[in-house]
Amino acid sequence: MTESSAAFVRRDMLPPQAPPATQAGVLKWLRENLFSSPLNAVLTLAGAYVVWWLVAHSYPWLSHSVWNAGSLSECRAIIAERWGADATGACWAVIKERWHQYIFGFYPPELYWRPISVFLLLFVALAPVLFSAVPRVLLVFTVVYPFLATWLLWGGSPWIEVMILVGFVLGWAAFRIASRYGSLLAVSVALAVPALWWVFAAGPMDRALEQAIRLAIEKVASDKFGGFLLAVTIGVGGIAMSLPLGILLALGRRSDMFLIKALSVGFIEFIRGVPLITLLFVASLLLNYFLPPGTNFDIILRVEILVTLFAAAYIAEVVRGGLAALPRGQYEAADSLGLDYWKAQRLIILPQALKISIPGIVSTFIGMFKDTTLVVFVGLFDPLKGISDFVRADFNWKGIYWEPYIFVGCIFFLFNFSMSRYSMYLENKLKRDHR
Amino acid sequence: MTDPHFDRAIDRSQMQVFDEVAIQISAMNKWYGTFHVLRDINLTVNRGERIVIAGPSGSGKSTLIRCINRLEEHQSGKIVVDGTELTSDLKNIDKVRSEVGMVFQHFNLFPHLTILENLTLAPIWVRKVPKREAEETAMYYLEKVKIPEQALKYPGQLSGGQQQRVAIARSLCMKPRIMLFDEPTSALDPEMIKEVLDTMIELAEEGMTMLCVTHEMGFAQAVANRVIFMDQGQIVEQNNPHDFFNNPQSDRTKLFLSQILGH
Repeated sequence: MTESSAAFVRRDMLPPQAPPATQAGVLKWLRENLFSSPLNAVLTLAGAYVVWWLVAHSYPWLSHSVWNAGSLSECRAIIAERWGADATGACWAVIKERWHQYIFGFYPPELYWRPISVFLLLFVALAPVLFSAVPRVLLVFTVVYPFLATWLLWGGSPWIEVMILVGFVLGWAAFRIASRYGSLLAVSVALAVPALWWVFAAGPMDRALEQAIRLAIEKVASDKFGGFLLAVTIGVGGIAMSLPLGILLALGRRSDMFLIKALSVGFIEFIRGVPLITLLFVASLLLNYFLPPGTNFDIILRVEILVTLFAAAYIAEVVRGGLAALPRGQYEAADSLGLDYWKAQRLIILPQALKISIPGIVSTFIGMFKDTTLVVFVGLFDPLKGISDFVRADFNWKGIYWEPYIFVGCIFFLFNFSMSRYSMYLENKLKRDHR
Repeated sequence: MTDPHFDRAIDRSQMQVFDEVAIQISAMNKWYGTFHVLRDINLTVNRGERIVIAGPSGSGKSTLIRCINRLEEHQSGKIVVDGTELTSDLKNIDKVRSEVGMVFQHFNLFPHLTILENLTLAPIWVRKVPKREAEETAMYYLEKVKIPEQALKYPGQLSGGQQQRVAIARSLCMKPRIMLFDEPTSALDPEMIKEVLDTMIELAEEGMTMLCVTHEMGFAQAVANRVIFMDQGQIVEQNNPHDFFNNPQSDRTKLFLSQILGH
């Protein structure tokens, strides 16, 4: 027997070595990913059959596309003539003829430049918010944009929008000045100053300015809005307003102050417990009962407000999840450094909580954008049903079915897929746990 | 008892005279619900004193130091820190918190900010120090804890010991007059404990008022002016480290010391 000893001393540390080369090749990939077990093989074959079936049925229809025709019957005649009497085919001619109604609704065609520039400027306004590489100065335009867009879309005198904007600026300035003397005072002043401005000063100022400098452009009423113009107006407005409101509600729900907490919980649970359509009916019918007689405030604005409240309740719950996921230590560290509540929230808690909540927030936004099609129930022309029904009411296009839905579906997909991709980009960019 | 960590223990031969009171706690009680966590605590900490608080887990030692910057609220008695009494007045609380630094067991660095941003955040937003100046101060303290080269990394990229040193530097950037340590080395690998303790010893040498909850008895022997032993929410014994370790008075203290030093 050899002498054994437990003592061992390593003189040289082993250098790392390359891993063994894996056997590459198509066959290996197939075996590992598609046919690794009998069950997997069956599932693979069944899946392949479903894909083949879908393609086999939709391909003839798509390949028999007709782009130039004046009516559905003309389309059918062309298809029958080219591919035989039994052939089916897609009649895209309806999109070619009516695409502008899907995009702009009944907006006057000579004024299309207005929604188009509003849409293009939207990207300028979004750029500094979405991408940190864009110069911060552009944020000024982001603040001005909602007012500019409202003026361009609805027309009329720009001074009303300017007066509203001035009210916000005054409120902000009052807050900055008053915050030296205490936060409660600052908040009350920041609410009182703009309110007083709007009630007493804004009207006369607006009329005086309108007399002095005439900048009014042609008015376009809300019932002229439709299609994606309407969906994007409500969607973007709702997204922009529901995020801050949702964050405040989430903070309110976690607040130590009983009244604020109770109000937040009540609001969130009420809104989430009611279908959106109910709220839209409230917007179109009930809201007028609560307003002084004779006031007629815009249906799009009313819908916008209720869509915002609806989305905010969902955002609040998503953000609350993010807040709850943060370790207590983060709050304690912020406290122990002497940061007050708002500074701690803004600098430490929310940046992390919102990062965790990105997928949920974007899901809510996507859901809300698709839900804008529900405005058809309060008499607005959404792209999916409102405009499609209108197009089908034309004798020429009576009976057309799939093509408008596919077209509208593709555009919705484009918007929503971009949002989803952006959220993935953002998650990646904010990833900090790299080791 | 000798401990290889503490080859450079503080020279206590020329005892300083502590005549200024930094923290005064009198007849303080705290309950969690119906559970009486802290019972009739009376403690005076003089400026420049280094106090180690020891005791079994659940004895209330962490809760005690967390009451000093009001991360925990006490229900009766009085806590005066640097002449400011801690009440529910938010202004006083923020004032005390900006004067008292705290280091946590789990570091609690802000993971979404770089090391440099972690260090400059509170000076900029609480003390209103200009950004440049705050960054200079931050770099000074990072040099001091010997990791200036990590300034632009994120906390997740640093080792535990490095993170804890950053946490100490973050507190120091607020120029606190008192430092609280809540088991600063308990979450660290043995190899990293020394680097954190070295930083703390350096701080002690400069005359910082320190309250430290720790199980590092070697540190207590080398650095503390006073060791406080707590059990069941009460201060059971306090003494200078020499007498505390060599001549403990109460049976509970003797048992505790035999258990942690007896291997």
